Formats: sequence, C-alpha cells, structure tokens
Amino acid sequence: MIDIGIHLVLLLILPPLLPGIINKTKALFAGRVGPPVFQLYYDIFKLMRKGMVISETTTWIFRAAPIITLICVFIAGLLVPLGNAPACLFFMGDFLLYAYLFGLARFFTTCAALDTGSAFEGMGASREVTFASLTEPALFFAFLVLVKLSGSLSLSGMLHAGSIGRYPAGSVAPLVMIIIGMYIVFLAENSRIPVDDPQTHLELTMIHEVMILDHSGPLLGIIEYASSMKLFVLGSVLINIIIPFYSGVQWLDWLIFIGGLLCLSVVVGITESVIARLRMPRVPSVLIAAILLCGSSFVMVLR
Amino acid sequence: MLSSDIIGPVHPEIFDLKELKMLSVMCVISGLSIIAASGIPALFFSSSSISAHRLTVLLFIAGSLLGISGTVMALYSPIPFVLSYNWVLPFGQFSVSVDKLSAFFLFLIFIIPALGSVYSLGYWKQSEHPENGHKLGLFYGLLVGSMAMVVISHDGVLFLIAWEIMALSAFFVLTTEDEKSEVRKTGWIYLVCTHIGTLLLFALFTFWNKATGSFLLEMASALPSGVSSVLFLLTFLAFSFKAGFIPFHIWLPGAHANAPSHVSAIMSGVLLKIGIYGIIRMTGLLPVIEPWWGAVFLAVGAFTGLFGITFALAQRDFKRILAYSSIENIGIIGMGIGLALLGRAFAKPELIILGMGGSLFHVWNHALFKSLLFFNSGAVIHATHTRDIEQMGGLAKSMPFTALFFIIGALAISALPPLNGFAGEWLLYIGLFKTLGLSQIPDLAFAGFASVALAMIGTLAVATFVRMYSTVFLGSSRFPLHDPVQDSVKSMQIPMAIVSVICICLGVIPVLVAPFLDGAVRAWVPLVGLSVSVFDLAPVSWLTTIGFSLFVFFAVYALWMKIAKTKHATQKGITWDCGYSEPTARMQYTGTSFTRTIVNLLSFMLQPKIREREKMVHFPEKKIFHTSFPDLVLDRLVLPFFELCNKIVPRMYVFQQGQTHLYVLYILLMIIALFVCSGIGVGL
Repeated sequence: MIDIGIHLVLLLILPPLLPGIINKTKALFAGRVGPPVFQLYYDIFKLMRKGMVISETTTWIFRAAPIITLICVFIAGLLVPLGNAPACLFFMGDFLLYAYLFGLARFFTTCAALDTGSAFEGMGASREVTFASLTEPALFFAFLVLVKLSGSLSLSGMLHAGSIGRYPAGSVAPLVMIIIGMYIVFLAENSRIPVDDPQTHLELTMIHEVMILDHSGPLLGIIEYASSMKLFVLGSVLINIIIPFYSGVQWLDWLIFIGGLLCLSVVVGITESVIARLRMPRVPSVLIAAILLCGSSFVMVLR
Repeated sequence: MLSSDIIGPVHPEIFDLKELKMLSVMCVISGLSIIAASGIPALFFSSSSISAHRLTVLLFIAGSLLGISGTVMALYSPIPFVLSYNWVLPFGQFSVSVDKLSAFFLFLIFIIPALGSVYSLGYWKQSEHPENGHKLGLFYGLLVGSMAMVVISHDGVLFLIAWEIMALSAFFVLTTEDEKSEVRKTGWIYLVCTHIGTLLLFALFTFWNKATGSFLLEMASALPSGVSSVLFLLTFLAFSFKAGFIPFHIWLPGAHANAPSHVSAIMSGVLLKIGIYGIIRMTGLLPVIEPWWGAVFLAVGAFTGLFGITFALAQRDFKRILAYSSIENIGIIGMGIGLALLGRAFAKPELIILGMGGSLFHVWNHALFKSLLFFNSGAVIHATHTRDIEQMGGLAKSMPFTALFFIIGALAISALPPLNGFAGEWLLYIGLFKTLGLSQIPDLAFAGFASVALAMIGTLAVATFVRMYSTVFLGSSRFPLHDPVQDSVKSMQIPMAIVSVICICLGVIPVLVAPFLDGAVRAWVPLVGLSVSVFDLAPVSWLTTIGFSLFVFFAVYALWMKIAKTKHATQKGITWDCGYSEPTARMQYTGTSFTRTIVNLLSFMLQPKIREREKMVHFPEKKIFHTSFPDLVLDRLVLPFFELCNKIVPRMYVFQQGQTHLYVLYILLMIIALFVCSGIGVGL
C-alpha cells in the first residue's frame, strides 16, 4: 500500500525534475550556470495559467491530443515497476499494453501535428512515425529477451520487482546488449540527441518540438508534462534492468531507484554534451543498430 | 410448459434437443435462401424503382435475422446436428451441419452484409443507378447466401458447388460498373485467380475422397503423414487464393478498389474470411499435424502482414490502401493459425487456444473495422467524387460524423487500445510470447520472431492510418470541391454507427466474445478434458479496466475543459507556421510527402517507380514528379509473364492455315505419335 502511494507520488511529481538535471549537466559541460533544475516545474505552472491561440484549421483532435498523450503515459507509468516494488497494476501481457499505449499517444500526437495543415509539423509527424517503426522492433526484441530470461509475462516479473533474486547466471552479455539497445530506444523515443535536439536549432526544427509548434498555453503545459513523464517511465524500465541489486529494505530500495534515475539523467546529459546530433538521414542506421543489438541478444538467449 | 425460473439459456429438458438442432439448421438454411433470393422480386419492378430496392433490403434483413436466430440456437447444442439427403448427382450428398466453428463465421455472414444492404439504400440509390442496381442487388444476395452455404456444407461436393456460386456472384458484384475498362480488367484477374483456386479445390476434394473414402467433411481417422501433408499443401494453396496470402493476393487490391464500397466491405470483411474458414476447417479435419505446417503459416503470415502494410503505406487511392491493409490483416490471422498448428503439433493446448482464439477474434475484428472503413470510403467518395486521397483534405469540418467513425476504425485497425483490434492481437502476442517459456521444445521459441513482425506491422499500421486520416480529414481542403460537402445520409451513417459501437464494445469488454471463441476453438480441435477458456489464459478483464479508465480520464478532462474555457482566454488564429503569415492549402504535407522517408527506407520492398523531369535551365521551368507503387507480384511478375506469352503464342498461327487436309494431316501425325508413345510404354 505504501509502495503504491510512493509509486503514484513519484510518477506524478518527479518527472519534470529529470529534464532539469539533463539541462544542468549540459550547462556544466558547456561551462555555463544553466537554468535551475526546477525550471520545467516553473514553465509548466506558468503555461497552465496562460491563455492560448488555436489555429482555425484545427479540429477537436488538436485539443484532445495532449491530454490523451498524458493519460496514456500515465497509465503506462502505472504498469512499470518502480524501485523494488511491483507496479500498481501488473498482469500477464501488461508490457504489450505498455508498448501500445505509447502507440495510441503517437497516433494522436502525429494527427494533431497534421491537423494544423503546416508543412513543418507534417515533417515532424513524418519523422516520428518513421523512427517509431524502427524503435518498436528493438523494444520487442528486448521484451523477448526479458521474457526468456525471467520466464514472466508481466513487466513487474520481467524486471524482477519485489524479489532479491535477479536474472540467471550467464545472462550478462545479452542483458548488456539490450541495455545498449534500449538506451538508444530511450533516447529516440524521448527526442534526445543524437536523434533529435530538444533545443532545436533547425534542421527544420526536428521531430518532437516541431510537432507541437502550434500548441500554446495549457495545452503546451500538458505536452511538456507528458513528455517528461514519458522520459521518467521509459527511464524506469531501463533503470530496472541496469541496477543489478536491491537491498530488500523498503526505504533504501526507493532511494537506490531514485538515485539510479537521477544518474540516468546525468548520463543522458553527458551523452548530449559529447555526441553531435546526427543528420536526419543517418538516424535510421543508429536505430537499426539498436534492432540488431536486441535481436542478436535474443538469438543468444535462445541457444 | 415454461416455468418461471427459466428465462435464460434454453435447457434440454424444455425443448427436445434434437428438435432444437433441427430447427437451428432449418432456420439457417431458410435464412440463407431468403438472402440468396432477395434480389429476385426487384427484377419485376421498373429499373429505377426505389420501393423495389427497399423490398430487396427488407428481404435481406429478414433472411439475416432468421439466419442469426438459427445460429444462436446452434450455439446451445453441444454436438452439431448433421442434416443429410441423397441427391441425384452421382457423388457426394446434400449434407449440412452448423457446428460452433460454422456459427462463428455465420454471425459475420449474416450481420455485416445486412448492414451493407442498408448502406446501399443511400449509397447505390436505385434512382441514380437504374442500369445496374437490380443486377447488384441480385448478385449481392446470391453472394451472401452462397457464402453461408459454404460455411455450413458438410460435404465436399456441396462445398464446391456453393463455393463456385459464391465465386461467380462475387465476380458479378465486383464488375457492377462493367462499362469501365478498369473494372473489367480487375474482374478478369479475379476470375482467373478464383478459378485457379477452384481447380486446386477440385484436386483437394478428390484427394480427400481418395484418402478418407468419402466426400464428407468429417475428422479423418488416421492418415499417413505424406498424405496429410499433401492435403495440407492443397488446402493452403487452394484457399490462399481466396484469403489473399501473398503471393496469391494479386486479384485483391484492384477488385476492392473498383467495386462499389459496400461490396468492397463485404468482400474484404467477409469473403476473404471464407478462405480463412476453408483453411481452418480443413486443417481441423486432419488427425495428425506436422510441425512445419505451423512454421509455414507463421512465416507466410508475417511476410504477408509486413508486405501488405508496407504497400498500404505507399498507396494514394483510398480504397487501395484499405485493400492492402486487408492483406496485412489476413497475414495476422495466418500467424494465429500458424501458432495454433504448432500448438497441435507439439500438443500444447494453451498455444492452440491462444493462437486459434486470437486468429478467430481477429477474423471478427477485421470484418468489423474494415467494413466500417469501407463504408466510410463510400461516404467520402460520394462527397468528393474521387478516390485519390491527395485531392481531399479538411473533410472533418464538413463531415464530422464520418470523420469520427473513421478515427474509430483507424484506431481499431492500428490495434490500439482500447479498441477491438488490440484485444485480438493481444491474445496472439501472449501466445507467441508463451512459446518462450516452453523450454522442453527450444525450437518453438523461434516463433518469438513473429511477435517482432507483429510489432512492426502495428507501428506501420499506425503510420498508414495517421496518414490516411490526416490527409483526408484534417488540415485544409487541397482542391476546391464541386459541390458543398456534407455528412452522408442516415442510411449510410447508421450502419457505420452500429459497427463503431460494436468495435468499441468488443475492445473494452472483450470477454463478450469468450463463449463464441471457446466454442469455435473446440469445434476446430476437441480439447478433451480441458475446460479452460481463452480468456483464462489472457487476463482480459484488465483490458476492460484500462479501457474504461482511458474513457473516464478523457471524460473528466473534457468536462474540465468546458469549465476552464471561461477562465482562459482562447483566441482563434491562423496556423502559426513559424511566423509565416500566408499559409495556403498547397503548402501542407501531402500523404506522399508524409511517408516519403519511411517509403525510402522500405524501398527495397516497395520498388517504387519514380518519373521525374527537371530541365536544368537558368530559370526554373515546370517540373514533373510522379511516383507509383506497382504491385510486386501482379505488375512485375504475372502481367509481364502473360504479355510474354502473348508475344510467343501468335507464332503458333502458322499451324492454323484453315485448310481441311492440313488438319487431317495433324490428326494422322498425332495418331502416329500416340502409337509410338504407347509402343515405348509397352517396351518399358
């Protein structure tokens, strides 16, 4: 019960902190002071109080998409185990729902982008669906590996939440491979460098940022909140695979988990600082590398 | 006789079970006969009589209701009843039975075409189509009636007769507008394909008769493995032409695109499924299953799915996109059959239940959302007078209901929760992932690769339908339309509304289909002593929880927006577009540009034909850019082959001189040749 409470609180409150930490890390690398780590909270609060401008071209899809995205990401967040506790909801096949809820969110985000009738946003939507069709196979290969190693068909079981026993011996190599693959998927899905640049210095404004060009006010606030939550939710899966130990003490496990998540943000910040963003036509090769990594990992666990 | 405490299911104590079964078969047969004959009375009316059309529809619905009641009764009988009569033909007999597998398909056959028939009242008005309305009504009824007959046939010969009536009436409905040359061309391709399939069916049933000693479609007691493998291959090839597995799909895209929309709806939604029915029925009758059969279906299914959705992504004809997406869905259904066959080969009941359950559930789902989308295509094409999606745009404002129905269909077909497409694929996914847990059969885990194909199909389907929805309904109108566009008439909207509601219901409460699925799976293979239901293996109640919570959250938000509207200042303006102040409709992303990157990535599969002309002069001149995506099998293999034949065959004309004595000489030469051959034969 307490675990569920902590889960909900973390899921709802922590997400906007992660982009703050990423940005702080990048600023330190660049020798700047950078915005405060809580900047995204301020931004969201500010946006929620603003009015908005809505294009005459748009339909209800444009207004509904941000909240549908938020709902989908939130429910996906309920399915992911945080820390050493099982998720709020866990059942056989929940990882499929997890993947498909992001699909639902993508459907509405891209539709909303195209709803404005702008060439920019069409470009972003086009890139989004293209890259998603490459990240999805990598994600499913990773699921296959996890199912094979853990023998469980639920995210909580796959990630060994709630138990001290971890993956069987000899599973280090495949796990490392899917961690790298999943990290690429994580960067791509959250529109980070090297796939996309959240600061968006052109290449016609890239992927995620260009899709939300026309959203303003509370709608933009919801989008920002939802995308930070997506970062949190996708990151938690990764953290659960990476962290090889939990103490078994409730409060310590939660601290380990939160620490891991913050470290992940720092790692993302470092990645973004040391790697240049790829040209758009080069992105598929990275994503295909992720598919190959996860796919070969699956072949390894089969034999 | 009825006591007060029994209102629900019919108990055998009240009705004589045998009578009930008899009644059920009779209801189905009379229902399908009424449907088959529904177009005949209209022939006696004038060719533009609306009341004749209404009469046809009324008869059709009456027949469907009768058929449905018979099918429901069949669900209550544990053992199917076989009704047999001898007939004057030298072989086979008139033998029908309605078991739960037939019943599962009968529901489709009775419900969706009936909706299509109502739809035709607005879509194919008799007064607007006096030249072919009655013909369409006649063959539409005959097509549906014969499909029902195929499904209840219990004898190979009867099956073949019904099959041929079905195939021919499908030819006549799809060539309704036979004054157009494109329609005639696709009609011919269909006719050739369906007859290759029929020919293989002749081989199948002859061989079946040889192997089992009768034409009756009953579980064979024991067959040598070679014989059953041949039977399996014949089944696969013969029915694949109808179901549309690649490379046997060549008739499908053209036929679906050129038929009237409600005909496309039942062709894609129901007719393809009769091919699937044939595969499921015949594999169910074979006693021993080889492991490679399942592997064949998994591989062919995955390939068909990927190939189909890739082509759907590239098309720009509204109905051709839907047609290729039907191929994709047939692939998914095939993967389910493959998993179930593997389950039987390795005696793993959970794989049988999840594979066949997922496959059959997807049969229903696809029939529902695809007919919804085809109904939609009719409404849109009626309003815009074109099938080219690049000429549409912004229709959501003038056709809000059509747009709403489309998005429900699009979400369902992209297998997104909380709609029925997801529920079906979920079963299949769980089945595929379960193969990993069976460590005693490690080779089975290769089925896991199919789940990755399924995931990829899913994301490409999202891309396809986002593209379609946004190009047709969102943004602003790309070309000025001739007439003011408005939502279609009630008779077209009501069928769409009904199907949409069913899609949502089955998606949120999938447990509704459990009794149908369980019965059908057990009719396919008797799982003796195993009472586990499909949804015991996949905790489907969670889909209900999640589905409802999605709706509740969204409703709360919509309410909040209503309240918050007063608090926040909302301005209307033109699309910001990075500050560009004069956006025009031509500047929007088109469907083709939307999929440009992904099509380039997949060009090794698609092989696009690009025609580009750009003169390099000092001042830019008119530029031509044209892409097309010819079908890999039809346009690149089959048609070139026949063209080659056309070139070679005329050389044979030299033998045809039109002089009698030459022909006598040919006969003489032939006889000599035969003598020589038989002489060699004796010598050997």
